[in-house]
Amino acid sequence: MTTTSQPVDLNTPTFRSGTESVPRLDEGTTLTGKDFSSDQEVRWCPGCGDYAVLKAVQGFLPDLGLRRENIVFISGIGCSSRFPYYLDTYGMHSIHGRAPSIATGLATAREDLSVWVVTGDGDALSIGGNHLIHALRRNVNMTILLFNNRIYGLTKGQYSPTSEAGKVTKSTPMGSVDHPFNPVSLALGAEASFVARTIDSDRKHLTGVLKAAAEHRGTSLVEIYQNCPIFNDGAFDAIKSRDTAAEAIIPLVHGEPIRFGAPDDSGQGRLGLIRTDAGGVDVAEVSDVGEDAVLVHDAHHSDPSQAFAISRLTDAGYLNRSPIGIFRQVERPTYDDQARAQVATAQSNVKAEEVSGSERLGALLGGGDTWTVV
Amino acid sequence: MSKQVKQLDRVIIRFAGDSGDGMQLTGDRFTQESAAFGNDLVTLPNFPAEIRAPQGTIPGVSSFQVHFADHDILTPGDRPDVLVAMNPAALKANLGDLPKGATIIVDTHDFSKRNLEKAGYSSNPLDTLEDPDAELSVYNVFPVDLTGMTVEAVKEFGLSRKDAARAKNMFALGLLSWMYGRPTDSTISFLEKKFARIPDVRDANITSFKSGWNFGETTETFVVRYEIKPAPVSAGTYRNITGNLALAWGLVAAGVQSDLPVFLGTYPITPASDILHELSKHKAFGVTTFQAEDEIAGIGAAIGASFGGALGVTSTSGPGVALKSEAVGLAVMTELPLIVVDVQRGGPSTGLPTKTEQADLLQAMFGRNGEAPVPVVAPASPGDCFDAAVEAARIAVTYRTPVMLLSDGYLANGSEPWRIPEIADLPRIEPGFATADDLTESGEFEPYRRDAETLARPWAPPGVAGLEHRIGGLEKADITGNISYDPANHDFMVRTRQAKIDRIADSLPPLEVDDPGAAEGNAAKVLVLGWGSTYGPIGAGVRRVRRSGYRVAQAHLRHLNPFPNDLGDVLERYDKILIPEMNLGQLALLIRARYLVDAVGYNQVNGMPLKAAELAEVIGHLVADAEGIPVDQLDLSIATNQEVHQ
Repeated sequence: MTTTSQPVDLNTPTFRSGTESVPRLDEGTTLTGKDFSSDQEVRWCPGCGDYAVLKAVQGFLPDLGLRRENIVFISGIGCSSRFPYYLDTYGMHSIHGRAPSIATGLATAREDLSVWVVTGDGDALSIGGNHLIHALRRNVNMTILLFNNRIYGLTKGQYSPTSEAGKVTKSTPMGSVDHPFNPVSLALGAEASFVARTIDSDRKHLTGVLKAAAEHRGTSLVEIYQNCPIFNDGAFDAIKSRDTAAEAIIPLVHGEPIRFGAPDDSGQGRLGLIRTDAGGVDVAEVSDVGEDAVLVHDAHHSDPSQAFAISRLTDAGYLNRSPIGIFRQVERPTYDDQARAQVATAQSNVKAEEVSGSERLGALLGGGDTWTVV
Repeated sequence: MSKQVKQLDRVIIRFAGDSGDGMQLTGDRFTQESAAFGNDLVTLPNFPAEIRAPQGTIPGVSSFQVHFADHDILTPGDRPDVLVAMNPAALKANLGDLPKGATIIVDTHDFSKRNLEKAGYSSNPLDTLEDPDAELSVYNVFPVDLTGMTVEAVKEFGLSRKDAARAKNMFALGLLSWMYGRPTDSTISFLEKKFARIPDVRDANITSFKSGWNFGETTETFVVRYEIKPAPVSAGTYRNITGNLALAWGLVAAGVQSDLPVFLGTYPITPASDILHELSKHKAFGVTTFQAEDEIAGIGAAIGASFGGALGVTSTSGPGVALKSEAVGLAVMTELPLIVVDVQRGGPSTGLPTKTEQADLLQAMFGRNGEAPVPVVAPASPGDCFDAAVEAARIAVTYRTPVMLLSDGYLANGSEPWRIPEIADLPRIEPGFATADDLTESGEFEPYRRDAETLARPWAPPGVAGLEHRIGGLEKADITGNISYDPANHDFMVRTRQAKIDRIADSLPPLEVDDPGAAEGNAAKVLVLGWGSTYGPIGAGVRRVRRSGYRVAQAHLRHLNPFPNDLGDVLERYDKILIPEMNLGQLALLIRARYLVDAVGYNQVNGMPLKAAELAEVIGHLVADAEGIPVDQLDLSIATNQEVHQ
């Protein structure tokens, strides 16, 4: 059997919203955050960033206007993966690292669901790294919330794949010699169609990103910086503190010049991102390079190179600086839409013949080389 | 010249050549011709794990054995009556399996010094055929330049010499088809279709095939043709089918019979990949196939689809089951329907990818953390893979549980005539999804409230208002399904999950015991108990012993977990229990542990099916022991002689 060298025309569907095929609430019906709270007692440590994200998600879900029974949260293992128990939707708390694969099966089998994955830096990037990158490349219609606290919480404080090199933890008393992943760079490398980063404590920004992610058709990866007050307290202080945030956060807004830092005379940030001769991007004083040199953020560009270059400005060590916002948001055919389209095409061909499943099964079994004994 | 025609009751032919010589195709076509003719048949393909092992070497030899007969047969045969060897390596690799007097047809074309050396021959064995001390002297050897004649026959099509020579397998097929009076229409139409887009190659292959036939007709080398009459079989429409094809169609049928969309999440692995290939063709039945990034994602996606209300399936072989174990445990805990197909191959680790074995039984039973009982179903023959798949689906859906379906490499690639079932005779499978009617009076949904009869919990896919619930791998509280760390609840839930699987036995028919004398009070003292693909060899071994005048009973287990309710009673009726297996005694371990009977094993793990003759010997000795017959008086020769036709 030889394969043809020309790819098949997949008859790509026109682009739609991520929630377009999910049933909506009846006209005049609205839900509140309370409708999304389950009867289970929330059991995270006091001060955990997960509380803020849970509140934000419960508060934001009604805005989607979707039927509650058509929303599903699937998680892996870890502190953040308890999330589904606290939401009164359908949910599955699965096994370590595998949530994206379970969500892939569910999202492919059921077009009418809004599928969410809740995962952490260990769950998504360590044990489940393979499933994450493959979900992103396939572009299955789901939203992945990656809670990044840069530490293993549930196993009590070992370094994670996003912990900075040299980190002293229970398992690395002389400092970690592992080189960390940057989740956004990783996702962009896998050609994810939607990649964003936000912060647990900035509810407004978090909610805005979640809404864009949910409306995006395809796999949306949202990295949420999330503080672990027990094992990694203060990991995000530089970007959370009033005093340092302006210099630490590089805000990404599509179509706007990327400027940050203390305001200059024009009221805009004194710093800006510029292209480097090496093909990357760097931070410069706008007064030195001139306003025209400052990059205008283009999250919709089909080439992820610039988004990747921006993602590299994230500190790999202690987080003194990080770009925050939507890095990339492009339209690309989704795996599940195309898989369903192939099934639908095959089914519409036989439906036209008006033959029952049983008759077709009989034809299948009895087709080809057969002989009859009387 | 007129040829002599000799009647035979059965023949075993083995086609052997280099992996690139098209031996699997040749064997498959001969099989189809024999099936169309109406013989009963069983096949055994045997090929290296490498796609193209070094040409001309012993490791590169690929073979296809077909056993066809005028009566009901059960195995591909122990020892070939005829070997077709396309090169020196094929001759050398297969010689040891031939009985004295076997016929060998050798393509002399490749018996060059270089190829002889590659096969490990220091001199050409064909040069010394007349020498009574030579290795080949005990066989009936026909040296023929198959390749040379093929190239000559197809020269009009202007193919390169290399391409022309590639049609030699069809020449060999034509010759053998003549020799055994096979109908040729199906092979010619097969070639027309296969090479429709390459007319030169199509014509060369058809010409080569016909030339092989004509050569047989005209040459003086072969003076005898053989006739093997069609086998009397029960009325119906038949087709030849391999285990993987039957299993894939069984899954399609399960989807139709349950009105559930089938979702296969899988990762390619030998010898299970053909199930994926086949199911990917059946989208019109609502089948979705997902080729995942790894084995774990394959089962993960299947679980996700099952949660969504599809019939989730994952297919693999032993190494893949090892990777999927944790996810199977999740399906046990979340009590979702799931079919895990394990087409067993030689292990451990990567083992023998293309060879058969049944050493995953204990992995299927116990290969998970915690008390994680999983039903185990095993087909007995290639065609039986269809029914076994439907049965696995019935159990998975009815009892909301993952089910292990244990096929093996021999069943997967081997084939037999299969009576096509009437669709109306297939069982209905009722998903019985939870609805809003299942809410309590106070409007609560209780995802872990169980059916009184089956102990199954509700299956409540997303999309139904009021049934929102969370499931997961953490221990569940009875009824509510909420997380529970309560010690008494855990103990209860562990026992309940086990009890649910045990209850499946109540839905099974009594174990069929084949003990011909039992009805007249002349029951056997020895029972041979088997499972899976050993059904054929055990049956053939049992027949040999019976034909020699001895009593022996046979029973074969389709359900390995739970066992049929009456298995203990059956075992008690016999003095001796023999359990032949292609492992070191895994079923025997389970039987001994469960029923405290002194079952003995007959175990072989050489990557090949058990041999009927060896089994007859073992069974015979056990029968002699049980019946008080001195071993030196044991005579199994009647049976063996009866079946030797040359």
